[in-house]
Amino acid sequence: MPALIGVLFLATVVPSGLGLYNPYIQLVLIYIGVNIVLTVSLNLVNGYMGEFSVGHAAFMGVGAYVSSVTTVALVIGNPRLGGPLLPEASSLVVFPLSLLLGGVAAAVFGLLVAIPSFRVRGDYLAIITLAVNFIFKSLVENLDVIGGPRGFLGMTRVTSAMGRAVDVPWTMIWAFVATVGTVYVVHSLVNSTFGKAIVAIREDEIAAELMTVDTRRVKVVAFLLSCGLAGVAGGLFAHVLGFINPAGFGILKSTEVLVMVYLGGMGSITGSVLSAAGLTVLLEAMRPLHVFRWVLIPLLLILLMRFRPTGLMGSRELTDVFPALRRWFGRPPEDEHFEHTGGRVS
Amino acid sequence: MSLLRIDGLTHTFGGLRAVDGFSVALEENQVVGLIGPNGAGKSTVFNLVCGLYQPAGGSIELQGQSLVGRRPHEITALGIGRTFQNIRLWDELSVLDNVRVAHFSQIRYGIRDALLGTARLHADERELNGLARELLARFHLESYAQELAKNLSYGIRRRVEMARALVTRPKLLLLDEPAAGMNPADITVLLDLIAWVRDTFAVTIWIIEHQMRVIMGVCEHIQALDFGRVLAEGRPEEIRNNPDVIRAYLGEEAV
Repeated sequence: MPALIGVLFLATVVPSGLGLYNPYIQLVLIYIGVNIVLTVSLNLVNGYMGEFSVGHAAFMGVGAYVSSVTTVALVIGNPRLGGPLLPEASSLVVFPLSLLLGGVAAAVFGLLVAIPSFRVRGDYLAIITLAVNFIFKSLVENLDVIGGPRGFLGMTRVTSAMGRAVDVPWTMIWAFVATVGTVYVVHSLVNSTFGKAIVAIREDEIAAELMTVDTRRVKVVAFLLSCGLAGVAGGLFAHVLGFINPAGFGILKSTEVLVMVYLGGMGSITGSVLSAAGLTVLLEAMRPLHVFRWVLIPLLLILLMRFRPTGLMGSRELTDVFPALRRWFGRPPEDEHFEHTGGRVS
Repeated sequence: MSLLRIDGLTHTFGGLRAVDGFSVALEENQVVGLIGPNGAGKSTVFNLVCGLYQPAGGSIELQGQSLVGRRPHEITALGIGRTFQNIRLWDELSVLDNVRVAHFSQIRYGIRDALLGTARLHADERELNGLARELLARFHLESYAQELAKNLSYGIRRRVEMARALVTRPKLLLLDEPAAGMNPADITVLLDLIAWVRDTFAVTIWIIEHQMRVIMGVCEHIQALDFGRVLAEGRPEEIRNNPDVIRAYLGEEAV
């Protein structure tokens, strides 16, 4: 694992710092990171837990707005919000903290959804998250203090303030940290007994409850983690793009993440990572097609459901398909409980 | 004091009284049977004990502790394990993980440990893994540890489910039709398994079963249920010859 992280660091952050990548390539790389965080976190709920959340963009949006308002108000200042309250160089600390704050805010927002949804099983969560996605969009559109439908900006001044303080590719670094951190945290969780209980809930909730699993608590924890990570991704996204508006966190964005989850495979972290990276590049490559991208992507989903309903990886990990890769993902052999048990014999 | 004491237990589905004033007292290390025609309310009694349903009336006490109003996972952790009529394993999890997840109430690490992969998580998981493997070994299931539950044969699935139910070190084990779908040879193995489980794990076993060979073979005490009421109870030979029981199963003419 450390070797793999090192290689990825050398391939992304280092060349960006040396100016070997042009800004567009850097932007795409960060989008890949953001989408990996979104996809892996949604997979926890839709893949591992077997619930169906369709409003992931709303939680991303909460994180994006909370984090942007925090940094802009504190280090840049804005006629409506007042400020700046802190010197420019504080952005180095304020930015990562604002990402965390965005994550926490998204998790709290998630709690409002979780409390009514997880009392009942079935399609309930899908309906509620769909509604919440629309509610979030309308809410922000009507909040004039953060720009309403016109959106909110000023975040590029935060990132350039960070660059002036210390000249390294900050957004790239934090995107890298968030991506690696998300994969690590979710991987650690789903391989623990607590995480296996999440899968047990998907397989048979009543049996899980009767085998001492506090199903309500497990479901809420998994969902809040998922929302919180989406919030972090939102904060990153906002600071990279420099502009956010409510329309950007609508059902279309949620669908995009859903496609990434199902393309990669429900219950496969490596699947989510690969499909998030692949689809991000594909979407960029198809930019000249404008709105026709949204004809091709759903078509891809339909074909996928028809010919490979389990997604690219199913519930397997890359190391199950190519055991030689274990060297890279490096699992200490004495860690017996990490011996892989998700692999399907086929 | 009885291990489990149920008094005047009542449950209704709409207007139907599925369980009507059911009472029982189970002693430690007993094997007790619950029989009755389909729809008599046997499984409902089990579901009430497990906390899946809330009783309309009556009391359920495990070693003097009331179970009414508690959530199912708490009741299981207090010492009641069970298996299901239609085996309910987690199909996409391995046999080892099926047994591991049942240790949920014994997890000592917090969410933070699970997310950050701390040393504490690894130490605890190693221990849980050891316990799970030990239990599998006692049930001669080690060779299936990495197999997904859905790939197992019927008999092995029954055995895994029984092992899983014993993870929580229950004082009382509820078996809901353990012989359903089994052939006579399987049943012989099952009878040995039940007796072995009772002696090895020192549990009280309460069995719902239609196969008279199982009921008569292992139970010391039997209750016959019909329309949610206890029709008759006693030793196996008393039940076998009880005219009310025969009438309930076979109709008036059979008596």
